[in-house]
Amino acid sequence: MLREVAGQLEHPVLLFSGGKDSAVLLRLAEKAFRPGPFPFPVLHVDTGHNFPEVLDFRDGRMAELGERLIVERVQDSIDRGRVAEPIGPDRSRNRLQSTVLLDAIAEHRFDCAIGGARRDEERARAKERVFSFRGEAGQWDPKNQRPEVWSLLNGRIRRGEHIRAFPLSNWTELDVWEYIDSERIELPAIYFAHEREVIERDAFLLPASPWLELRDGERPEPATVRFRTVGDMLSSGAVRSAARTVAEVIVENARIPVSERGSGRADDRVSDAAMEDRKKEGYF
Amino acid sequence: MSAIASGEVVRLCTMGSVDDGKSTLIGRLLHDRKLVLDDQLAAVRDASARRGWDGLDLSLITDGLRAEREQGITIDVAYRYFATPRRRFILADTPGHVQYTRNTVTGASTAQVALLLVDAERGIGEQARRHAFVASLLGVPHLAVCVNKMDKVDWDEERFVAIRERLSRFAALLGFRDVAFIPLSALHGDNVAERSRRTPWYDGPTLLAHIETIALAADVDRVGVRLPVQYVIRERGTSGAAGRWYAGQLAAGVLRVGDEVVVLPAGLSTTVAALANGMPITSAFPPMSVRVALSDDLDVSRGDMIVRLTDGPAVVREVDAIVCSLSTQPIAQGSRVVLQHTSRSTSGVVTSLRYRIDVNTLERDPAVTALGFNEIGRATIRSADPLFYDPYRTNRATGSLILVDPDTNATIAAAMIVDPNENEGSL
Ligand SMILES: Nc1nc2c(ncn2[C@@H]2O[C@H](COP(=O)(O)OP(=O)(O)O)[C@@H](O)[C@H]2O)c(=O)[nH]1
Repeated sequence: MLREVAGQLEHPVLLFSGGKDSAVLLRLAEKAFRPGPFPFPVLHVDTGHNFPEVLDFRDGRMAELGERLIVERVQDSIDRGRVAEPIGPDRSRNRLQSTVLLDAIAEHRFDCAIGGARRDEERARAKERVFSFRGEAGQWDPKNQRPEVWSLLNGRIRRGEHIRAFPLSNWTELDVWEYIDSERIELPAIYFAHEREVIERDAFLLPASPWLELRDGERPEPATVRFRTVGDMLSSGAVRSAARTVAEVIVENARIPVSERGSGRADDRVSDAAMEDRKKEGYF
Repeated sequence: MSAIASGEVVRLCTMGSVDDGKSTLIGRLLHDRKLVLDDQLAAVRDASARRGWDGLDLSLITDGLRAEREQGITIDVAYRYFATPRRRFILADTPGHVQYTRNTVTGASTAQVALLLVDAERGIGEQARRHAFVASLLGVPHLAVCVNKMDKVDWDEERFVAIRERLSRFAALLGFRDVAFIPLSALHGDNVAERSRRTPWYDGPTLLAHIETIALAADVDRVGVRLPVQYVIRERGTSGAAGRWYAGQLAAGVLRVGDEVVVLPAGLSTTVAALANGMPITSAFPPMSVRVALSDDLDVSRGDMIVRLTDGPAVVREVDAIVCSLSTQPIAQGSRVVLQHTSRSTSGVVTSLRYRIDVNTLERDPAVTALGFNEIGRATIRSADPLFYDPYRTNRATGSLILVDPDTNATIAAAMIVDPNENEGSL
């Protein structure tokens, strides 16, 4: 499917999120294009609220691959006044990423952004296309999506429009972990059990970080945790865990009776209709 | 695409009219396989209570069509994923509304098993036949008819047998490889994942056991090697044939190192010097994604096809196809289109529209002037560049194509190539 992107579109870009899905995408890109170079650069939309482990992982992996990395900072867009720092209780910058991404797409004239989203992540994504068509303003129009029959993907676009391509559409969280296991793919250390200071808030375990403002009565406590999804540190929830290897994570996930989103993303408890609205705005 | 570690992947699609119990059935499957997680279950319990249910409305697990309409969400194919220790399932959940042939076609295009729901109380309607027809047209090899709501007819065997008799007579005309009938109750869970004690007269498997054990039809050996070239890889710092690889997904046949092959459309022959899929391999089979190095320095590009000399595909500039319209853009004689076929994209024109098929009666209407949204017919299409095809009946991957509107870039139709010689017989 990555080859289909490269064959049909002129300026694709692969999005790096820092998470396990990006790690898998990079491996798939190696499988698709080695021994040649990748036909696209890698783009990291950096919220500034990073786990240091994720940045180490990104830089290490990119050096190993010898491919081009572009970093677009949410902070720069805030400084330029393109977006406003969120205020209020949830100060996660995850949502600001859409604007920064759209700006980057326009600036670099990308015609396709390859992402690691999966249809099993939540009900609202179950209808997402493998090639998702975005209009001139980057918006997603549910009425204007192309039916995907067989594996024939229609990547034809006009200037200014673009495609979001999701090679992992049909993978489940378990598929991702098993692939990581069988391919021995390296991940940022935060995916495995480690000691860290956390704050319990609204049924989430949030990692203590320079950006997290404590509320009355909140006090960081040490805990042994790992993360199931990774984004802005302000909205990445941890789970208590003892799993230190991929195999242990697989076994443990099978026992956790909560979905990846439910345990991980504090900003993502949205209804299906709300999700459609968000995607119309250009959310990934 | 995701041929993953363990457990064979089986692709399913659902079919049935609104209210036959499709959402409840899928919810039941997921629920009984313990695949509904606590946070999701809590949401369903809340929503069920709001609708005045005491207990769980299982149809809400997958967000039934009704809920979609209420919320104004697009009615479209949704994909669900579940697994058992033996197999993994990708289920294309297609809304069963009358006018949505488009969704049924999309779901069926990749399915190996079609789950067709029939309401035991209401019996077989026009839609069940229409859906079975579309499934067969799209070449879904296995049909599993779920005779649902058996609780409403007091588990009456005669009722079940009557439905089976009527539908099997119709299905026999359609050329499925096998058709199974399962009496069940999605609401109560009988014969879905758990065997029911209320159907002692039924000795077949539960629905879950059936889809777990069904011997899947394999297409591998029906035609020769077909490797559409998707992408040309050039090793850094090399030139000429050395360091050039042709990558693609094998669409048919078994390809081995040393095989004599021909590259279409040029027709030049050469041999397979090396094969790899990440690691060097000696042979490849569908649907593997591979890269191939050839012994000679040929000019090969995306859209070409690597085949064997002896059992190559038909090479033509005009194909006869069954066309399913997927958009409001009418398809008529003279319509200009872009054809996407395997990795090839070329412009074309509809040279004639032979007939429209009435999906209810299966009758042909030769007086047709255009195919409207959701209509199905047979057309002849001419292409600017040659196409390398096999009839859809023998190989889905090289027999299918989509038609794209050259102005709007919308995908307007799915088409299945028919062998012009086997003509009027089946379709
Ligand atoms: N008695 C009975 N009712 C059922 C059964 N399956 C579904 N229903 C009911 O039939 C109605 C339609 O079901 P739903 O799953 O929403 O149908 P869909 O439109 O095909 O998705 C709902 O009221 C269900 O509770 C069954 O096995 N027995």
